Amino acid sequence: MISENSVTLDQRSLDLRKSAISAIEGGGRGHPGATLSLIEIMRVLYDDVLKFDAEQPDWPQRDRCILSKGHGCLALYTLLADKGFFEKSQLQQFCKTGALLGGHPESKVPGVEASTGALGHGLAIGVGMALATKIKQLNSHIFVVMGDGEINEGAVWESALSAGHHQLDNLVAIIDYNKLQSYGTTKEILDLEPLIPKWQSFGFETCEVDGHNVDALKQCFASLDFNCKKPKAIICHTIKGKGLSFAENNPAWHHKSGMKTEQIQAMYEELS
Amino acid sequence: MRKACLNTVYELAKDNDKVVFIGSDLGAGTLNEFKQEMPERFFMEGISEQHVIGMSAGIAMEGFIPYVNTIATFLTRRCLEQVIVDLCLHNLSVRLIGNGGGLVYAPLGPTHVAIEDIALMRAIPNMTILVPTDADEMQRLVKQTIDWQGPVYIRVAKGYDPIISNDGVECKIGKAIMMKPLGNVLIIATGVMVHRSLSAAKILESNGLSCGVMNIHTIKPLDEKAILQAASQVDAIVTVEEHTKMGGLGSAVIECLMDNMDNPPKVKRLSLPDQFTDDYGSQDSLLDSFALQPDTIASTIQEWWS
Repeated sequence: MISENSVTLDQRSLDLRKSAISAIEGGGRGHPGATLSLIEIMRVLYDDVLKFDAEQPDWPQRDRCILSKGHGCLALYTLLADKGFFEKSQLQQFCKTGALLGGHPESKVPGVEASTGALGHGLAIGVGMALATKIKQLNSHIFVVMGDGEINEGAVWESALSAGHHQLDNLVAIIDYNKLQSYGTTKEILDLEPLIPKWQSFGFETCEVDGHNVDALKQCFASLDFNCKKPKAIICHTIKGKGLSFAENNPAWHHKSGMKTEQIQAMYEELS
Repeated sequence: MRKACLNTVYELAKDNDKVVFIGSDLGAGTLNEFKQEMPERFFMEGISEQHVIGMSAGIAMEGFIPYVNTIATFLTRRCLEQVIVDLCLHNLSVRLIGNGGGLVYAPLGPTHVAIEDIALMRAIPNMTILVPTDADEMQRLVKQTIDWQGPVYIRVAKGYDPIISNDGVECKIGKAIMMKPLGNVLIIATGVMVHRSLSAAKILESNGLSCGVMNIHTIKPLDEKAILQAASQVDAIVTVEEHTKMGGLGSAVIECLMDNMDNPPKVKRLSLPDQFTDDYGSQDSLLDSFALQPDTIASTIQEWWS
């Protein structure tokens, strides 16, 4: 088992978290736990892995990244704003009337490939994109980021069967394995273990990584073989609420609304 | 009718390399020519309707036009959330071909009998619903789906229903067709109930009650203009459908009338009752029991009228 506890967040990771918290502050609500769990995964994808053009979000040759665990949208929005898909000031309008950015990603937002929020939809869409880009003979890769609780959904495994069957080596499933879902631990609610052999048995190449270790994530993505006739599954061991001592591994921080100024202040202070 | 539909999809695919076919686990040999000639655009995905709909969405997002085919109940019930979120929310040009609309699968029982498929699909924004009356009309409508924006649900009847549509009459998605000129009563029907309604109208005419018959092959978007125009010229309207009373053609017509007319004509809805089927037999035997054959449609209308 990869340890996810040894990582000290660097300045970029801290800044990205502050940016996400600015949206929670603006909207007075959000899913802090899932967002903070995802930051390094999304950071490495957008900093080091994905081909994209923020000026041309529909650029045909781009890689596609679907955030299937839509409630982690603030991690996605933060990176999209950081890369210039839209103005950073949009973050502060999060969930407000007339805002571009809502509580789950919608495809009207530049850079968002698919509207998600109902869980268990992203992998099927990713399979479709992977098949379609192969028909079009595009050298694009499809990344689908899922939550661990999300893969309770049976539809995920229908799509996993299909991905293996079609030998979709241009498809990468990423599991944000923070081991905590809304009610409690994944182990007590619906145990996913043994998780790696599950994906392998569906025909996936797998790798395990500390989902907060930027170098390890980069190495993991760099090692992917896109010609192996197999889809990939990356199990990212993460901590829900990573970076905030009071939120880490705390189910109460899955979702927050009506947040008070002092709570927001406490979040900023921990990241300073 | 199913054969006519799938053959049309095959013909469309030969002319347009954006057409993709996705089945779940259809009968052996289905669209074999398509599979042989265009294997890269032919998928038989297995019994996984939720996945199939999501996958079709992903393919459509890349600019293709997927035609998805399986049994109507599985296509509308099992994967309703995927149809709503993946297809309709994104307004993608995916075509859902539902085999056995209505009571076609009567012998197989209520898991296979599609009595509320139209209601489920009608409630979703962006969805278009086609219910062709015969195989020829199916071909005409399916050909047009190649250029139609957004998701489409196509209800497929049993097949070998009488051909009553006319090649000489314009058949366009969203446009009602007058099958018989207006009389005292306007019968508005859809799918295989159109030919039964025409037969019922003949019976009624022989009894002195003149009835026009309108074919609504597109339930959504509803041709409100044609309905309202006809409604203003008749004393009464009867809707006839092989679907539960809730949310189908009759509901759509009533909503249209109530929303747009101060003094709408009186309306009678002939439909399936709000209950699951509890008998087997055949489509015809169940239609008999629900008084939806020409003679019983006619007698119900006659009684109501008098």
